[in-house]
Amino acid sequence: MTAMLTANNGTRLAVLGLALLALVTLPLWMPGIYYVNVGSQILFYAVFALGLNVLVGYAGLVSLGHAGLFGISAYATGYMLQLGAGHSVAIVVALIVGVASMAVFALLSLRSSGIGFIMITLALGEILWGLAYRWISLTGGDNGISVRGRPAPFGYSLTDPVHFYYAALAVFIVAVVMVAIFVRSPFGASLMGTRDQPRRMNALGYHVWMIRFYACLFSGLLTAVSGILFVYYTNFISPQTLALTSSAEVLLMVISGGPGTLLGPIVGAALVVVIKTVVSGFIERWNFLLGAIFVAIVILVPEGIVPGTVRLWQLITRKRVSAPAANAEAASSEAAP
Amino acid sequence: MSRKVTRRRFMAATAAGAALATFKFPSPAIAQAAPFKLGLLTVKTGPLAQGGIQMEQGVLTYLKEKNNMFGGRKVEFFSADTGGSPAGTKTKVQELIERDKVDTVLGPLAAFELLAITDYIAEHKTPMLSLAGAEDITQRRPNPYFLRPSATSAQAMHPMADFAAKELKLKRVVTVSEDFAFGHEQMGGFQETFEGAGGKVVNKIWPPLVTPDYTPFVAQIADCDGVCQGFAGSNPLRFMKTYAAAGLKFPVVTGETGGDDALLRIMGDEFLGMYSCCPYTLDLANDSNKRFVAAMQKDFSVDPGFYAAGLYVATQVVDEGLKLAGGKSDDHEALTKAMRSVKLKDTPRGDLSFDHFGNVVGDFFIRRVEKANGKYINKTLKTYKNVSQFWTYDEKTFLSRPVYSRNYPPVKS
Amino acid sequence: MNFWLVLTVNSVTFGGLLFLLASGFSLIFGLMRIPNLTHGSLFMLGAYVGGSAVVGLLGFKLNFWLAAVLATLTVAALGALVERFLLRQLPGDQLAQVLVTLGISFMAADFCLMVWGGDPMSVATPDGLGGFARVGTAVFPLYRLAIIAIAIVVAIALWLLLDRTRLGAMIRAGVDDPDMARVVGIRVSQLFTIVFALGAGLAAFAGIIGGPILSVYPGLDQDMLPLALLVVIIGGAGSLLGSFVGSILVGFIYNFGQALLPELAYFVLFLPMLLVLLLRPQGLFGRHMP
Repeated sequence: MTAMLTANNGTRLAVLGLALLALVTLPLWMPGIYYVNVGSQILFYAVFALGLNVLVGYAGLVSLGHAGLFGISAYATGYMLQLGAGHSVAIVVALIVGVASMAVFALLSLRSSGIGFIMITLALGEILWGLAYRWISLTGGDNGISVRGRPAPFGYSLTDPVHFYYAALAVFIVAVVMVAIFVRSPFGASLMGTRDQPRRMNALGYHVWMIRFYACLFSGLLTAVSGILFVYYTNFISPQTLALTSSAEVLLMVISGGPGTLLGPIVGAALVVVIKTVVSGFIERWNFLLGAIFVAIVILVPEGIVPGTVRLWQLITRKRVSAPAANAEAASSEAAP
Repeated sequence: MSRKVTRRRFMAATAAGAALATFKFPSPAIAQAAPFKLGLLTVKTGPLAQGGIQMEQGVLTYLKEKNNMFGGRKVEFFSADTGGSPAGTKTKVQELIERDKVDTVLGPLAAFELLAITDYIAEHKTPMLSLAGAEDITQRRPNPYFLRPSATSAQAMHPMADFAAKELKLKRVVTVSEDFAFGHEQMGGFQETFEGAGGKVVNKIWPPLVTPDYTPFVAQIADCDGVCQGFAGSNPLRFMKTYAAAGLKFPVVTGETGGDDALLRIMGDEFLGMYSCCPYTLDLANDSNKRFVAAMQKDFSVDPGFYAAGLYVATQVVDEGLKLAGGKSDDHEALTKAMRSVKLKDTPRGDLSFDHFGNVVGDFFIRRVEKANGKYINKTLKTYKNVSQFWTYDEKTFLSRPVYSRNYPPVKS
Repeated sequence: MNFWLVLTVNSVTFGGLLFLLASGFSLIFGLMRIPNLTHGSLFMLGAYVGGSAVVGLLGFKLNFWLAAVLATLTVAALGALVERFLLRQLPGDQLAQVLVTLGISFMAADFCLMVWGGDPMSVATPDGLGGFARVGTAVFPLYRLAIIAIAIVVAIALWLLLDRTRLGAMIRAGVDDPDMARVVGIRVSQLFTIVFALGAGLAAFAGIIGGPILSVYPGLDQDMLPLALLVVIIGGAGSLLGSFVGSILVGFIYNFGQALLPELAYFVLFLPMLLVLLLRPQGLFGRHMP
């Protein structure tokens, strides 16, 4: 049994190393700068999806207002830069604004869970969108706010797309490591406890509300980080980024990839970004395709692409491996990577 | 339906056309064997799709007319759908410039899309021809690689205001337009000229772009003898309906999008008598326009409007510019210069040239919606010749004023 | 003075239209606990199908009211299919329901764009209702007044259905306590299909009735869905009275907010939803939060 586990871990480490190597060398083997930019987009949307997954996957709280948080951090960055602040000040302010807004979101929405939570976050997201859209004297409304230039940390100018890619990759790796540590920590375990057995957790003396509140803040931090990367990537922010469809889109990334897994949101982000950017150049009805893929996922792999693929793979290999215990072991370790 | 030309299918057609063309004119293609790559940013999904689809049709019509050859060079055409969002526009312009390596970009459609990418375009030194508003890109914040062969947001509103004050004898006007750059700039231009001619704008109303029901805004129209609307996309249709349903009868004047010829076939009686000013008019009786209208009707079974004509003309300017540059497109600065020096006579909008900011100087048509043989038509009443973006104002004085905006010029009480 | 009168009447009109859209949404939400994010698409599909029949795009021309019936039945049948073959497979799985309803709404929007193109379709006001009613100097379009009447008729019909029929009793039982309903032998699955089809049909009916004032255009679905959500949250899921009061309330806030507080129009629109969720999560007239 132990041998099985270590072998499994060994394979996993090897795969992880290969993936990392592929990501680091991506600008070298991609056919052009355009694909490097697509890579950057996948990375910061993946950070966004990872942030939402903290709530959706591990806390069992579905938010349909996260685009509002993503957008308010982007607006804060743009607004500070417009006022003449430097990049570091703008970024710090944006992080504070993003996390503080998440705190307000949490204070209001954590009074309920389930559909109540969905609806409160949706209302809050729509309020932020409505302000960005109509409070013209502050936000410029549909005209949006243009951001000029990108920061140059330690003299490494991010204006170059490859440099920006590496910055996004660094942030992405930090985010993934943070989430991985979070999930394996006692706090992560108690969060999943509040997801599966809130009453029992309460009876055991855990402060369910507080656990969820901290999870919200963590999610808000990742969301704010991705919002800042977004605004520096596009050099522009407008109300559409905060719209309900954007909240739905990132939720779709999480659900389609596999909520409650580390890899799922990343795969989901890649799927959506690739269809929106690359595939849309070849298929005029790409919106239809995207919708059809979501429906197909629900029918074929209802638990999401990543856990679904693992399950299908096990179905195929089960015929060859005769020890079902080993599979059960693998399955349980896959479920919480 | 013939209008859905997928990219791959079109590329195949391009190749076939090129083979045919090479057979006909074998010699000039030798020096420049590489195809000329033309990109289009348009909107084919979402609320702005109506204009966006016409934009693509305009380009395709011109390319077909020329057998996909600009001078001696084969044209490779890349069409990208921005989805009408600034973030999507950024992604797609990267696709065109970084992946497809286009020599020239046509589009985008909307001012907020243009604002999101103007710096990027200047950075990547690629000529861009757009019909989007955002005046300052050819005024106080000029982009050296930009051309606007259609009109600035206010360019059609200056003559419209002149006509409203002098010929319609309007004195007090309420303006209603979408609450974004294109609307702000249109209404600013109208107000400037209208008040200069002795009229007065008594109230400016700004519904958001997405407004399911216009009644809350129409209910505020009062104390006036005329209305100026500046709606775009499908909004003119819904605004005019609500306006008529409220029993209001003041004459309405509008710009190129509010009275777009492409809307004629879906108009109702509520449009009768509406005046519009547009840099293109369906009934312009020159050869180029007749050819263009016939081709659009044949290939796409639609009457072209401002968006289709705007892009047809833009493509024509690229073709002429490339000729002036000796068929060379590697030096983008020289290519932009050549395009800006283009002077054309035979275009669907009549004579056209560019000022030193790359903005068009051309004719503007005042039309009125009428009914003839059961069909709605825009009947041209008057043509203002050689109108520049500065109208009759001195360029220096004009540029020393702030750009037209939501608050400029202010409503005087 | 006219301004206030016109806006007041229009608030009720808009509220009436919202009621047609949201009452079905409320039933689906209250009974099946499905956050049906296709509801805006159903509204738009109804408007397109009905509008096409009025204009004659389908190869035949129908009178407005027959077109409304056709649109309602078509979309109701579509709703039944979606429920039978997709939502049926996902009981209680909210994440999957969100994914599948959003997926369908993407497909529906693109389908409409493919079939009807980007041009907005204007639907003519039905014969006899193109005129005006005058009160003093104020003018009210007859059709807008007719919408109020239609909404009241539909409200009464729905009330009779829910209160006086066996089907209605089953629906009410299902809304109050689905487990109990199942125990006493109500065939919940069949009930779900009927309610979903009814809700879809009502949304489509709202779409074609709204056609003459809103017209039909790509993006209409996204404009209407949040408004329907507002009504249901404020009024309370599964409550007919709640939908009615909520619709009128949202009609007023929408109209007066846009006219008087344009910069904060959406803020004042969504603030009541937030307040209700915080202070009375089951909605003004709901029994419990689903």
